Amino acid sequence: MSDTVIEPAVENPPVVFTQDKIGWTAWLQPLAESELTECHYEALVDKARAKSAYFALLVRDPDILEARTKTDNDIFYNTKDGLPRAERELAATAASRLNGCILCASVHSRFASQYSKREADVQKLLDEGVEADLGERWNAIVSASVALSTTPPSFTADHAKRLREAGLSDEEISDVVHGAAFFNWANRLMLSIGEPTPAN
Amino acid sequence: MTDTIDVIDHLVGITPGAPADALRSRRPITKEHAQKSWTALFEPVDASQASLTERFAVAVFVAALHGDKSIKEFYGTKLAGLQNSAVILATVKALAELNAAKGPYGHYPEGPLSAENTDGPALDIGPADRAILGDRLSAALEHAYLLTYHPRDASPAELQKLLSAGWSTTGVVTLSQLVSFLAFQIRVVAGLRVLAAA
Repeated sequence: MSDTVIEPAVENPPVVFTQDKIGWTAWLQPLAESELTECHYEALVDKARAKSAYFALLVRDPDILEARTKTDNDIFYNTKDGLPRAERELAATAASRLNGCILCASVHSRFASQYSKREADVQKLLDEGVEADLGERWNAIVSASVALSTTPPSFTADHAKRLREAGLSDEEISDVVHGAAFFNWANRLMLSIGEPTPAN
Repeated sequence: MTDTIDVIDHLVGITPGAPADALRSRRPITKEHAQKSWTALFEPVDASQASLTERFAVAVFVAALHGDKSIKEFYGTKLAGLQNSAVILATVKALAELNAAKGPYGHYPEGPLSAENTDGPALDIGPADRAILGDRLSAALEHAYLLTYHPRDASPAELQKLLSAGWSTTGVVTLSQLVSFLAFQIRVVAGLRVLAAA
């Protein structure tokens, strides 16, 4: 028996970077809710994710999904100290813009706008790309996130120095590093096992 | 054994009490689950859909494509510890050296972003190396190359190549996680090295 791919015929697919809520459809068969066991639900962490094609596909390998999700949640949601959430989302958006993940960029630019109240600057990053001028502190965060996201990574002591001069502590720089690095994981998954669909 | 070392600490060269140790220790959940991610991929409970040889060979390749010698050697040592892996290790290293590029590049869906399309190489493993690696591992390395350097060129046709080479849907999920996890791990290590040296 051999598995087959799904080739969805997506009409009006998103073709620009946007803060709109867009969707996603899988190129491989996700598990149906009727196929999920307790172990799968544990790996999903948030049970509602069983309804998401992306997570229902990833849950085919539950151990790595569970560890990945818990890594993700801590890097972005654990904000009792360190870099403000808005700037973690900025790092995620910059990595996604560079790698070209329209869906990841849409979700995380929306969060960056929500937490920073700087929707126009976030849109400028989406429209103009990673060279957009967003003010020195944000420029330093975007530049560091982009340098980390190139292959090979090109993040150097100069990037760290610029971030320190922009007012970030080493703890906050570490949060930038983790936010950008994590999106190099997320972008590659999102881009390669399915594709974005238009807003409903 | 690997379960006694934290792989990222090991790759950065973090010693207890060093400043970089403090940076990681303040995020214990991230640290714990980055390690659990590694264990899930490289000490899997179920290796039926992707063998250990395949996992470590892909890891050597991805680390080499990132130009990271010490991470390449870390995974190379692990691969060398598996049976009958010497020729595979040599072949994977040579392929990475010959095909090293700079990413990201690739194409966007047709529209305004087409102006940002950039071309770059795709990997097509020749018959001599394919004879050594087999169809499954060859397809996995070609896909790892795509994910590492030009993920926005991904398509259902690229996944079909994996399925046609004998990968299952679940195996493709594991392989995709593995390559993508390495893209994360290598960058965390790169960033922490800079901070550790400050």
